[in-house]
Amino acid sequence: MAGHSNYVPQSAAAKWLESRLPVISLVRGSFVDFPTPKNLNYWWTFGGILAIMLVAQIITGIVLVMHYTPSTGAAFNSVEHIMRDVNFGWMLRYLHANGASMFFIAVYIHIFRGLYYGSYKAPREISWILGVVIFLIMMGTAFMGYVLPWGQMSFWGATVITNLFSAIPLVGEAIRTWLWGGFAVDNPTLNRFFSLHYLLPFMIAGVVILHVWAFHTTGNNNPTGVQPKTKQDTVPFHPYYTIKDLFAIVVFMILFAWFAFYVPNYMGHPDNYIEANPLVTPAHIVPEWYFLPFYAILRAIPDKLGGVLAMFGAIAVLFVLPWLDTSKVRSGTYRPLFKQFFWIFAVNAVALGYLGAMPAEGTYVILSRICTAYYFAHFLIILPLLGFLEKPKPLPASISEAVLKGGSASPAGAVSAPETK
Amino acid sequence: MSTMIKMVRALTAAAAIAVAAPALAAGEAPHIPREQWSFAGPFGTYDQAQLQRGFKVYREVCSACHSLKQVSFRNLAEDGGLGYTEEQAKTIAADYTVTDGPNDDGDMFDRPAILADKFPSPFPNEQAARASNGGAYPPDFSLLAKARAAHRGFPWFVFDAFTQYQEQGPDYIHALLTSYEEEVPEGVTIPEGKHYNPAFLAGNAIGMAQPITDEAVEYTDGTPMTVDQYARDVAAFMMWAAEPHLEERKKIGFRVIIFLIVFAGMLYFTKQKLWRNVEH
Repeated sequence: MAGHSNYVPQSAAAKWLESRLPVISLVRGSFVDFPTPKNLNYWWTFGGILAIMLVAQIITGIVLVMHYTPSTGAAFNSVEHIMRDVNFGWMLRYLHANGASMFFIAVYIHIFRGLYYGSYKAPREISWILGVVIFLIMMGTAFMGYVLPWGQMSFWGATVITNLFSAIPLVGEAIRTWLWGGFAVDNPTLNRFFSLHYLLPFMIAGVVILHVWAFHTTGNNNPTGVQPKTKQDTVPFHPYYTIKDLFAIVVFMILFAWFAFYVPNYMGHPDNYIEANPLVTPAHIVPEWYFLPFYAILRAIPDKLGGVLAMFGAIAVLFVLPWLDTSKVRSGTYRPLFKQFFWIFAVNAVALGYLGAMPAEGTYVILSRICTAYYFAHFLIILPLLGFLEKPKPLPASISEAVLKGGSASPAGAVSAPETK
Repeated sequence: MSTMIKMVRALTAAAAIAVAAPALAAGEAPHIPREQWSFAGPFGTYDQAQLQRGFKVYREVCSACHSLKQVSFRNLAEDGGLGYTEEQAKTIAADYTVTDGPNDDGDMFDRPAILADKFPSPFPNEQAARASNGGAYPPDFSLLAKARAAHRGFPWFVFDAFTQYQEQGPDYIHALLTSYEEEVPEGVTIPEGKHYNPAFLAGNAIGMAQPITDEAVEYTDGTPMTVDQYARDVAAFMMWAAEPHLEERKKIGFRVIIFLIVFAGMLYFTKQKLWRNVEH
């Protein structure tokens, strides 16, 4: 962080400020001079993409709130007012709604990158745990945001999910009543969801600061998983990673724009263009796509409480992941067996997503159970055992050595140290 | 209190059923054929003449039962839509009567609609609409083109993201209006007061009788006066009603994407130049 700054204040004003609040050296140490492994690949750009998505969601969200009315009688029509009458209101809403999906695409890639390269392992456990906290708050935010347009899926999704809490023994029904602010999903529910939907993104921003602080203290992980040893292994964050991240962000924006401008309702459900009606249950209640794997786990367990526990357990297990993986080697690149199990896990996760969208009947139920069992087995059985059973490939002595071995024809002398130039 | 507990239990049961049995409707989704639409694809625009014809069909046939609550008369004269002038839209509005008030005497009164008014609904409330339609509620038309879609299933939904297929709604509306069959196939029973329509998403018995027949609405521009054509035109009109800024959206989207591609290219070469001397 600030410790990495080469900044020496020159002007009198800068000296005055630095001696009172060293904010310039803090920013320089974190995002300018910060030594970053020089071998980060494009999977590492998703952190920056996520930061931009959070800002984009907050900005579009704040403007949408200026035109939205959180009341069961007016919410649906106020969203249509935004879509029809507010200048560029359709753009704001489509950016915000599709932005949520883009946010989850990026966060899932970011999480899987962490899983593959062992970014959760010592000394980065706190970064990882804070990341899981962010993921949880994101899920809460997205769920409550989806309720706000007060369409059929908003209402029935809220009903199904809040009803899950009633499975908790003894206090379940009381908790559900407390969540609803009444005896059914109604105006008080919508109002508190609106309030929390506005609050939680700022909590995410706060935890993001801690998340970045934590991995800036330990240093970034990198594709080799080997800690940088010399200055030759790193480059300053700016301009090397500011430009690389910015390029990746703009490419990601192309995907975002494709969805927001050309297929804006692709990620949504048609039923959410029907106003909420407590008396009519949609034929097929499905959550947004990013919840589908967890929804599949919920439905795989034949018992309601069991299903709820499994669903939350699927995220809870991530908190202890740093201690479940017994391998001393961080990066999947040097773990031949782990690599295969990683891809099986990834396919299994996508399969769970597919099963979450399918009706809970016949073969789908059996498959959901198998995939759910495998999900937990990956963390609770395979990862702990692999550390003992697997013979990892030899690790490179340093990042620079790995980079030179990586098929590049350049002579060893070409290793540059741009920060010394 | 006990009724509340019962209600909560009923809701829980409903939710449990909802979680456990969405299979009911998923089994036999009707096949909805894909049609050609002027507003499909990245450069799609509405066909003004078609929207005007569709509006005529709506006015003369559909509007007897179906409301259009979200649409205002001023929308008829807006860009990217039906292409009426403000004067024409005013004249159309004046044909409608809306209830206003209360006036200074405290009375509600009727007056001709103006541009600022929304389309008045054919029924004062849902109960009245149901009472006049054998218990079925004719849905509001404003968003119907985005609120109906046949399930596409794997892998088609994946391709839809790339081919920009967003016209499931109009396809469905067209299919529904052209799929009424007099002959009910064997093994299918249609309840009293319902009508057989294999395209109907919620089963094959629909409350609405065949709403339109050939030559029911007069077209003066030589367009064929067939059910198929009426269905296309009214579906296009409904797409406009649901998405009045579609043209603007696609136009801006194209510019945004071109800008982003050029910008990304410039950033890429800048990045390459910067990283040129770093072995990574």
